[in-house]
Amino acid sequence: MNTYYMKRLVSMIITLWLIITGTFFLMHSVPGSPFNEERRTNEAVQKNLEAYYNLDKPLLVQYGNYLKQLVQGDLGPSIKKSSQTVNDMLGRGFPVSFELGFYTLLVAIISGIALGVIASLRHNGFIDYLAMSIAVIGISIPNFVMATLLIQQLAVNFPIFPVATWQSPKHMVLPILALATGPMAIIARLTRSSMLEVLTQDYIKTAKAKGLSPVKIVFKHALRNALLPVVTVLGSLAASILTGTFVIEKIFAIPGMGKYFVDSINNRDYPVIMGTTIFYSAILIFMLLLVDFAYGILDPRIKLNKREAK
Amino acid sequence: MEKILQVKDLHVSFSTYGGEVKAVRGVSFDLHKGETLAIVGESGCGKSVTSQSIMKLIPNPPGKITGGEILFKNQDLIKLKEPAMRKIRGANISMIFQDPMTALNPTLTIGDQIMEGIKQHEHLSNDQAKRVALEMLNLVGIPNPEIRLKQYPHQFSGGMRQRIVIAMALVCRPDVLIADEPTTALDVTIQAQILDLFRDIQKKTGVSIILITHDLGVVAQVADRIAVMYAGRIVEIGSRREIFYNPQHPYTQGLLQSVPRLDMEKAELIPIPGTPPDLFLPPVGCAFAARCPYAMEVCERVYPFQTQLTNQHAVDCWLQDERAKQLVSKI
Repeated sequence: MNTYYMKRLVSMIITLWLIITGTFFLMHSVPGSPFNEERRTNEAVQKNLEAYYNLDKPLLVQYGNYLKQLVQGDLGPSIKKSSQTVNDMLGRGFPVSFELGFYTLLVAIISGIALGVIASLRHNGFIDYLAMSIAVIGISIPNFVMATLLIQQLAVNFPIFPVATWQSPKHMVLPILALATGPMAIIARLTRSSMLEVLTQDYIKTAKAKGLSPVKIVFKHALRNALLPVVTVLGSLAASILTGTFVIEKIFAIPGMGKYFVDSINNRDYPVIMGTTIFYSAILIFMLLLVDFAYGILDPRIKLNKREAK
Repeated sequence: MEKILQVKDLHVSFSTYGGEVKAVRGVSFDLHKGETLAIVGESGCGKSVTSQSIMKLIPNPPGKITGGEILFKNQDLIKLKEPAMRKIRGANISMIFQDPMTALNPTLTIGDQIMEGIKQHEHLSNDQAKRVALEMLNLVGIPNPEIRLKQYPHQFSGGMRQRIVIAMALVCRPDVLIADEPTTALDVTIQAQILDLFRDIQKKTGVSIILITHDLGVVAQVADRIAVMYAGRIVEIGSRREIFYNPQHPYTQGLLQSVPRLDMEKAELIPIPGTPPDLFLPPVGCAFAARCPYAMEVCERVYPFQTQLTNQHAVDCWLQDERAKQLVSKI
């Protein structure tokens, strides 16, 4: 049992290291530096700045230094916002993004699965078509369009919810709705097609022949088997939602992580680029690990830790 | 003998894009207490549809029971509403499907799947339910039932799974067990074991079995009576002895001739020429007429009456008519 987790941990660390290395060299291979701006700075000042941030050293030395620093858990200072460290920025931004992402996921998963199940049970009926139309709309409308639409209708025309910012539960409703429609639609479609397949299986017939009620058949026998493909997409979906979505956070003026991602790249703020990338990768890898655990729980044929699988 | 189940003039059809397919066109038979009735026939003759109609498990739409009666303990199952029918499924009439590899839910333990049937129909505590499940596993011959109860279907072999499916079907001590090709997906030695098991269980519990199969070898081993189906109708019904040694319908004769036997003189099988009729437009007369070596003009025009040969043996064939007998004997 322990060997599996050890193996898993080692491979996670290696994956992360590869990502760090790749990002580091790719980032530095892009022309320009944090101090190249339209407004020309003094040569000497620029030299000094580069020396201060060790940017004048050979790339490999910089890489080594960065890794050393990283092992100690320090993501370094931001170059552009010199008073802040990357750790501070993530520490402030992530809880907000996480809160938004968590509720979004909750809404998307619950409504998506519910919609998918209902659609599959009313296969080719009116409700099925209605649910799938909603799903197609959800997939095709980008969330920023949805966000502005929601603001216009539910905050301006009918001032039920506040327009922006992140303070009370009431403030959360619109960004969560805007962010959840896309993932909800994806989950709904997947659940529906997967349920339709499972419902034709022999063991569903067996369950009916036992005289079980439709509710029991759907929830005990069908849904669990139908959820595997859904869980597969949930991993990456969750990682991207939890780490903040730039556009939605911008529209609703939410102080999350998303804006650091984009700003850092525009600014060539090397430590912030590295920090956010590493953070995102770590979350993604962790989510994929959770997905694997979820497989094991949902389907006993998938054993993560036993050697009998050989 | 007591009649436990009576099917009277059952009609089932399926609506498709091409039109209405009349899969079952007037099937009648009785099932007595404690006997095994085999329904045999080739693919598409309506034997599975008949059995699923008894359970009212025909997917609707597209399927629909369009006429007839299914009397179980003097109540007509066709008229029964779904919640009432659910109380009968599994408790009084239960069913075993063809492929044990797919008939069990891969994500639930065997114990859970066996016990949920009893818990659905009888108000038992978990302990009591478990005791019944253990008893059932013993009955179907699964060693170490205590441990096996906690295992998942993928940890069992095909034959073992079929035993579990049987245990699952018998857990509420049903009066009727419908087995839809229970041995088709198993290899021959396992087949023999499962058939032995059926006989053994019938002796111990007195359950009546409807065995759906196309395998005459299986029928010869376990059936008390045999109903031969062709194109949605039972064309001949009789005791095992009568059907095997004195088949009266040309289709039954054809079926028996097309099965290899150890005591055959020539190593050659005689197939039945042609194909079964299209059930979109079933023939007016005898459906077998087009393939029948003895077909007469009347066969294609009018469906033959049922002729009762002995108190068990009956056949739908014009050859039984006095006039036809004279005709054939002249040739």
